[in-house]
Amino acid sequence: MAMKLLTHIGQYALMIQKTFGKFTKWNILKNLILREIDDLIIGSLGIVAFISFFVGGVVAIQTAINTDNPLLPGYLVGFATRQSIILEFAPTFISIIMAGKAGSFITSSLGTMRVTEQIDALEVMGVNAYNYLIFPKIIALTLFPFLITFSMSLGILGGYFACVTGGFSSHADFVEGLQLDFKPFHVAYAFIKTFLFAMLLATIPAYHGYFMKGGALEVGKASTISFVWTSVAIIIANTIVTNLLLT
Amino acid sequence: MIQVKNLTKSFEGTPVLKGISATFEKGKTNLIIGKSGSGKTVFLKCILGIFDADQGDIIFEKTPLSSMNLKTRALLRQEIGMVFQGSALFDSMTVEENIMFPMKMFTNSSYEEIRDRANIVINRVNLINANEKLPSEISGGMKKRVAIARAIVMNPKYLFCDEPNSGLDPKTAILIDNLIQEITQEYQITTVINTHDMNSVMEIGEKIVFLEDGLKKWEGNNQEIFKTDNEAITKFVYSSEMLKKIRKLYLEEAK
Repeated sequence: MAMKLLTHIGQYALMIQKTFGKFTKWNILKNLILREIDDLIIGSLGIVAFISFFVGGVVAIQTAINTDNPLLPGYLVGFATRQSIILEFAPTFISIIMAGKAGSFITSSLGTMRVTEQIDALEVMGVNAYNYLIFPKIIALTLFPFLITFSMSLGILGGYFACVTGGFSSHADFVEGLQLDFKPFHVAYAFIKTFLFAMLLATIPAYHGYFMKGGALEVGKASTISFVWTSVAIIIANTIVTNLLLT
Repeated sequence: MIQVKNLTKSFEGTPVLKGISATFEKGKTNLIIGKSGSGKTVFLKCILGIFDADQGDIIFEKTPLSSMNLKTRALLRQEIGMVFQGSALFDSMTVEENIMFPMKMFTNSSYEEIRDRANIVINRVNLINANEKLPSEISGGMKKRVAIARAIVMNPKYLFCDEPNSGLDPKTAILIDNLIQEITQEYQITTVINTHDMNSVMEIGEKIVFLEDGLKKWEGNNQEIFKTDNEAITKFVYSSEMLKKIRKLYLEEAK
């Protein structure tokens, strides 16, 4: 078991090294990067917006219901919503959702290419298939922090609408809570970990797709395994980064 | 010409190729035949450099593969065309883009030059009105033609085909076989075809290497295959009553 895990880690490291090996021509790579941005980032805007807005609303309502005590200040709902969304919900929760959406897409598309010998065809032609297929995904996902910024904004907006329109908090209290004790470093921390998660999101599913063995059934299995391992890696990385940066 | 010398390859201690030597000649359709699991695909992948052989060598013209550095190997790969069993066309590209792909990757030609060259090979493999279609929109026979066109667009010295007519009806299979043979002679390519299709063996087997259990058991051509007494090849080729009768008739006619 331990040996198998070490083999996977070694093979993963070699994949990363080869991804930054012989580069594809820029005029071809440029189009691949744009296509990946469209598939992985632009294509995820809808689901990220929907989830962020409504979960932001639910976070605010839950906070309001559970802090319904006259001794607690009114701005607490806005403050707790902001902290929850900026520190954890947007960077971590959305990354796990993206492991399901973008990660599965990466694994299944590379897995299908493996099954149908398209990756072999690239290798036989002398193309660095790692660079051609994986590098554009890594570059596209460097834009992941923008998606998280979008998620943070909509999450807070959703919280505001849910609280103010639902009568859980006033406009003034919520806004005061949002502005209270704001530490820009918390946003930096969120972006640092988002960037790290983006690299995991691009490379772990790519690894599972690229080295997939078997037929069409295994493509589905590989996508599921890739989602599990990407989520595990994100949670572990989250713990480590939080310990390093916030404690 | 490709020379293979005493090639051995094992996977996790299990020997798959047990010292195979063969010569594949230029301008001829060289066939590797054998039962499933006989080591044909591993043999082909070793020649292509996808698998590294444990022992032995593969010599392209006069240069051994083992003496080539990464740069030379990369250059060699640009001289190789490959037709995969399932065609291996890129799903997201049209027929024309698939064929243009190797030239876009490895040449500095202008878009117009690349497109002109692609259209020459498209016409050569008789692909009609398919340029803008996606691989999912064309038939199996057309996919093979596209794969052949993509394989020859860079004027390769070597053409490898892994079961090029599997999954095709007999008529289309013969058309594809004949197309490969014509292209081989026209462009003077060293063509190596991995197959277990007896029609191909009889039609285009100018040089046949028969593998069994990782060993070369017979070598010859499509005329010699009728006359041979080699037990291994006759058991494999004349496994059906019909083929036995054909052989009998051929030998009677030859007398």
